[in-house]
Amino acid sequence: MEISLLTIIFMAMAYGAGAIFIIGFLRKLIIYAKTPSPLKIPTTPAPINPAGSFFRVLGDVVLFRNLFKGNKWTWIGGIIFHYSFLIVVLRHLRYFMYPVAGWDMALQDAGIYAGIVLPIAVLYLLMRRTTVDRTMFVSSLADYFVLALIGGIAVTGLLMKFYVRPFMVDVKGFIYGLVTVNPSTIPLDPVFMLHITLVFMLLAYFPFSKLVHAGGVLFSPSRFMCDNPREKRHINPWATDLSA
Amino acid sequence: MAKVKYEIPVLTGHVVTPKIQEDATVLVRSNPAKEKDMTALGFPAQLVPDWQEKAVERLKDLMEKYKSLRVYLDICVKCGSCTDKCQFFLGTKDPRNMPVARQELLRKVYRRYLTFGGKVLGKLIDAEDITKETLDEWYTYFHQCSECRRCSVYCPYGIDTAEITMAGREILDSIGYGQKYVTEIINKVYTVGNNLGMPGPAIQNTLEFLKTDIQETSGAEVEFPMDVKGADIMFVTPSADFFASPHVESLIGYAKVFKQAGISWTLSSHASEAGNFGMFIGNYYVMRKVANRIKEGIQELKPKRLIHGECGHAWRIAYSFWNTLIGPFDSLDPKYPAPQHICEFTHDLIKRGALKLDKTANDEFVVTLHDSCNVARGARMGTSPGGQFEIPREVIKATCNKYVDMAPNTIRENTFCCGGGGGLLTDELMDIRIKGAMPRMQAYKAVKDSNGANFIALICAICKAQMSKILPYYGYPMEEVGGIHQLVGRAIVDRGKEGV
Repeated sequence: MEISLLTIIFMAMAYGAGAIFIIGFLRKLIIYAKTPSPLKIPTTPAPINPAGSFFRVLGDVVLFRNLFKGNKWTWIGGIIFHYSFLIVVLRHLRYFMYPVAGWDMALQDAGIYAGIVLPIAVLYLLMRRTTVDRTMFVSSLADYFVLALIGGIAVTGLLMKFYVRPFMVDVKGFIYGLVTVNPSTIPLDPVFMLHITLVFMLLAYFPFSKLVHAGGVLFSPSRFMCDNPREKRHINPWATDLSA
Repeated sequence: MAKVKYEIPVLTGHVVTPKIQEDATVLVRSNPAKEKDMTALGFPAQLVPDWQEKAVERLKDLMEKYKSLRVYLDICVKCGSCTDKCQFFLGTKDPRNMPVARQELLRKVYRRYLTFGGKVLGKLIDAEDITKETLDEWYTYFHQCSECRRCSVYCPYGIDTAEITMAGREILDSIGYGQKYVTEIINKVYTVGNNLGMPGPAIQNTLEFLKTDIQETSGAEVEFPMDVKGADIMFVTPSADFFASPHVESLIGYAKVFKQAGISWTLSSHASEAGNFGMFIGNYYVMRKVANRIKEGIQELKPKRLIHGECGHAWRIAYSFWNTLIGPFDSLDPKYPAPQHICEFTHDLIKRGALKLDKTANDEFVVTLHDSCNVARGARMGTSPGGQFEIPREVIKATCNKYVDMAPNTIRENTFCCGGGGGLLTDELMDIRIKGAMPRMQAYKAVKDSNGANFIALICAICKAQMSKILPYYGYPMEEVGGIHQLVGRAIVDRGKEGV
């Protein structure tokens, strides 16, 4: 089978973006993990042992507890945004596996609803950002860019689902071809091409942006450190020489 | 002294999030450090010629040494949760006092010089060159933050602006742009031994005078032992307790507690300061050098236990950092926590029924507690999380009949800073201090109106100094604040020679 130039270009973009995402994000996480913490700085009251801290951070990741304390309106928007995004991403995994796992089949309907909710949540977050003078003051192009990118991805996705449906066998063929490194011609569908181009942009942008909060949240010393400085001496690795 | 007119916020009993007023307090700036103090601390005496490179270099260095800074500079999503939480924003309305905006001051330089995107895209993604204006902004707004950590409670990632402020000040110091108040005080510790700059003999005289005074006015015989080798307890407290008002009232309270407990204790003229302003400027080595006096004091006096007086930032350092900085405390008796807070000690005595307390001695007061920010969010008391809230309250309630808490969103982990912490307790920042105290004053006003509260109990030397100065601006007498051990001291039944 002849492979079109367009297919090669998109495959190159996919691998390129994927590589930037994985290597870039991992690099960040490794840097975070390796950077020392000279002092014990949990924000107290904090759990008094590592197991407690594990659940504290888990709560941060899953429930956004601090945000709940801080701002209920943002919390609602944030929760809906993140979980609908998560369900949408999980739903898309069906393009990456063959045969499709049962749990992913079960998620297909929910994924559609989540896909409809996602752009609404983006709009909500955008509105909140622009209508409160305080968040307006601190927002920059980068903040709007991310929202626009994710909004664009959601909208092009919904367009394909409800209006200009590409030939799904080709879509799956192309994506599964990426997974198996077995090139398959990209469907000549402009909305699909736009959709995945935006996804590539998001992936490539991810490690260089605030989006690294996704993994960075695990490395926040005020949250993951436990409160036991009297019981267990914490050592500052870069100041063990007492004469310095 | 000429009386400066300050704009005093109107008290209504609640805080309304203000509309932002850009640059509202951009001109309120603390005085720059003196050359001799900078030199003594190991910093350049004045702005170095190549400060641009040096500042970026120092930032890079700190990012390699502090996971907090490394992570926090990257992961803020500007969700806005912190924007209405800082007492200095609520009071001043200056948007650069919103925690996220304060962090951005450092972030924009980080992005410009140390990230790929910032190098390429620059202004487009809020990356900015470091200029003299940048430095001035840093200097201004990193000295309008009290490092109280309130923002970190509401940040979905726990981003702690205190870490950013400390880094900012550390960079400024490293290029010769330090702040007078803090560097001067640290130099006093270096040269004299404590923040007040009181030499040992002066403290001794003050204590003698105090002892005589107490005996003459109340008949009680209270000792303030100094430099007693082999005493069971070495007691470390902020030097303000020896001298300032209302601090000294707590000192009397501590002494009465030790006396009733029948335990030998001593102050140390060498370790005559619990406070450690090294934390305020974020410099690890300065902080360790200041803390080292405690270690030397222990080596000299060989106590079994180490107990710490009423102070907020100092307790954070003692509780959270001492073990790292100057530990392990192998020479102390492992049966007791090292260090132990005086409230823990007193609380324990109360629970065991070892203190004879007369609550009616404090009947003139309706007491409320201002949780000190550093105690609330940077340390603990007791054996379980939140002991730093329960133990002081239980001690207070054992000493008085009328206690009332302020609104829940203003106490415990949500507590506000008094407005004077983190190196802001200096006259030229009075405007910031008055406005920063506003949220606390509103909460106080609310319990005053509802319950007739007339006494704010404190466990911090800075809170005491700040509030006794600020209250009058809001129309309340300065006598309405005092230490927890002031209440304890008053309630302790001690009729001198007639027997305990």
